[in-house]
Amino acid sequence: MKKVLAGLVAVAALSTPSVALAEKIVIACGALGQEADVCKQGAEAWAKKAGHTVELMSVPTDAGQQLAQFQQLLAAGSSDIDVVRIDVVWPGIVANHFIDLKPYFPEDVLKQHFQPIVQNNTVNGKLIAIPWFTDAGLLYYRKDLLEKHGQKPPTTWQEMAQVAQAVVDAEKKAGNTRLVGYVFQGKAYEGLTCNALEWVDSFGGGTIVDSKGQITINNPKAAEAIDFFAGLIGNVAPKGVLSYEEEGARGVFQKGDAVFMRNWPYAWSLANAKDSPIAGKVGVMALPKGGPDGKSTGTLGGWQLGVSKYSKNPAIAAELVKYLTSAEEQKRRALVASFNPTIMSLYKDAELLKANPFLGELYDTFVNAVPRPTITGAKYNQVSTEFRNGVHATLSGKGKAADNLKKVEAKLKKLGKNGKW
Amino acid sequence: MTTPTTPVAASAATGVGTPKAGASTQARQRTRAAWLFLAPTLFAMALVAGWPLARTFWFSFTDANLTDMAASQFVGVESLRAVLEDPDWWTTVWTTFRFALVSVFLETALGLIIALALNAKFPGRALLRAAVLVPWAIPTVVSARMWGWMFNDLYGVINAILLYLGLISEPLAWTAEPGLSFAAVVAVDVWKTTPFMALLILAALQMLPEDIYEAARIDGAGPLRSFFQVTLPLLKGPLMVAIIFRMLDALRVFDVFFVLTGGSTETMPMAGYARQQMFEYQLIGVGSASASLLFALIAAFTALYMVVGRVKLDEGA
Repeated sequence: MKKVLAGLVAVAALSTPSVALAEKIVIACGALGQEADVCKQGAEAWAKKAGHTVELMSVPTDAGQQLAQFQQLLAAGSSDIDVVRIDVVWPGIVANHFIDLKPYFPEDVLKQHFQPIVQNNTVNGKLIAIPWFTDAGLLYYRKDLLEKHGQKPPTTWQEMAQVAQAVVDAEKKAGNTRLVGYVFQGKAYEGLTCNALEWVDSFGGGTIVDSKGQITINNPKAAEAIDFFAGLIGNVAPKGVLSYEEEGARGVFQKGDAVFMRNWPYAWSLANAKDSPIAGKVGVMALPKGGPDGKSTGTLGGWQLGVSKYSKNPAIAAELVKYLTSAEEQKRRALVASFNPTIMSLYKDAELLKANPFLGELYDTFVNAVPRPTITGAKYNQVSTEFRNGVHATLSGKGKAADNLKKVEAKLKKLGKNGKW
Repeated sequence: MTTPTTPVAASAATGVGTPKAGASTQARQRTRAAWLFLAPTLFAMALVAGWPLARTFWFSFTDANLTDMAASQFVGVESLRAVLEDPDWWTTVWTTFRFALVSVFLETALGLIIALALNAKFPGRALLRAAVLVPWAIPTVVSARMWGWMFNDLYGVINAILLYLGLISEPLAWTAEPGLSFAAVVAVDVWKTTPFMALLILAALQMLPEDIYEAARIDGAGPLRSFFQVTLPLLKGPLMVAIIFRMLDALRVFDVFFVLTGGSTETMPMAGYARQQMFEYQLIGVGSASASLLFALIAAFTALYMVVGRVKLDEGA
């Protein structure tokens, strides 16, 4: 088989001698909304300039499933993929399979990016990926509906529930029976971990595992937060939200059937696109506080680009990474698809601030977003799964949060004995 | 795949045993030819099924981890114990068996009814027989995704129909609530695999000799009586085979659950558990142990079924 393939490649190379030096670089870059298209435009612009070709690898929308796909390829030492898009929580899991990018990126280029992300991407002194865009959970709301019913954007989650209920009730009377109050990512996958971490943190319940590795999730504030959201299911939030990912929630909101939605920044430009039924009627703000004493927070998301150790052309692949993470490309991506730059100076760019008004206002949210407990390293996925299973059980009415969190704590203690992960 | 080869191998083996001295040269030649013809298949099977299976068994005795496969070490039954002590594993075992029993029962019952209907002579029968097969021809992932949209709580057609008929007062979250999503998964599987059952049973029905029914009619048996006392006993053999086929398939289920449900432990089959351990947690060792256990469970179940099934068949004879 390999020989046949090699033969085919040789024939192809011979028949087109003019591009004999061009290499094919395969990149995997994500599938939410218009993500694949925007990535393709960028990658192809580079290919044209550099005289190489690029190919996009299709990936699932669920980040956890993407990781599974990459793990299989990388563990097999496959050279089928060169540039991989890495989630902010993956470096501890996949570090072994990526090259050190330090030789390709001078210190002053790295200094332009948010430093916490660069540190997050450095594993045992190896820089395994370059920041590409950053994310934090945001609250989207229907400006028009809130104004129509004399409501103000909420400052706490409790207010959000009241406002949502009031608007839904009033609209129902007027004959709009499809409208629901609040949609978020409630399926038992990584997205629920992000949502629930925001709830817990906003109520003052900490971060599941603290920065020293101690398990902190079993506390009354965390239980209060999760119970509060469990109480929303079936009235303010539809039951189906327990099976929604990002795109499921956006589908409902963008059709005009939800008052509030929690989502990442990418939803902004899509909600305001020409073919969107709610274009121009959407507001966006930082996520509400968990009560008057709570804080406004958002889970730190975001993606980086790394080069596979098994790539046949690591230097060329690193060139592609350099192009895609450059200030110009990050700006373009922010303009057309509201991907938040990781280069600090872009947050003062007038053109960008005009296209994405939340960028300036929410700068603090992005800088102070709550990180997921990546101190758990290679065990992060297990920690995340146990946590969200406990949350999902509570949301689907299987027990109170306090009891479920106690179970989560017991399971986490087995995974990380005495804070060692 | 394997079934057609087994009878060949069996008949070749008995061919050697029965005619003792006389035609032994010819018998030996035939055996050799049989092995010769089987060799490519056996080789291919060893390569694509035997080797991975052996590796999986080997991994279940190690602590292999995807992050660094080279560092894996032999740990004895440690990985197997980790699986057996995990309550989540037993949840998935329970889910899988419940799914297999419920869905295969429904498929057999519906398949039998459809087969009996298709066995009757009426115009357009050939067309209908072909049409029945359509769900079986659609890949599971595609049909699961399709049904996933139909089951969607807000814009799905199932809720729309039920609401229109007044059977429910508010939309149900079919794929989100554990109870409902189990029903949804069973429904999709039944929809997809009933045609397979119907076809197997139909084939068996057409083998039944016409004269027995004539005799039954002359003896004054009505259609119901001749079904229970003639058709069903004669169908027993083929039916048992069809059921075991489906059971084996249903116990290995992965795709319908994976596509249709949220992936929480509540609604996860055994194969899903193995996948989660291996590729989400990078624990190849523990994942392989659970895959080996899945294999062992299915083998044990099949053996039990065959033993019990044969005893009953003997009683009938």
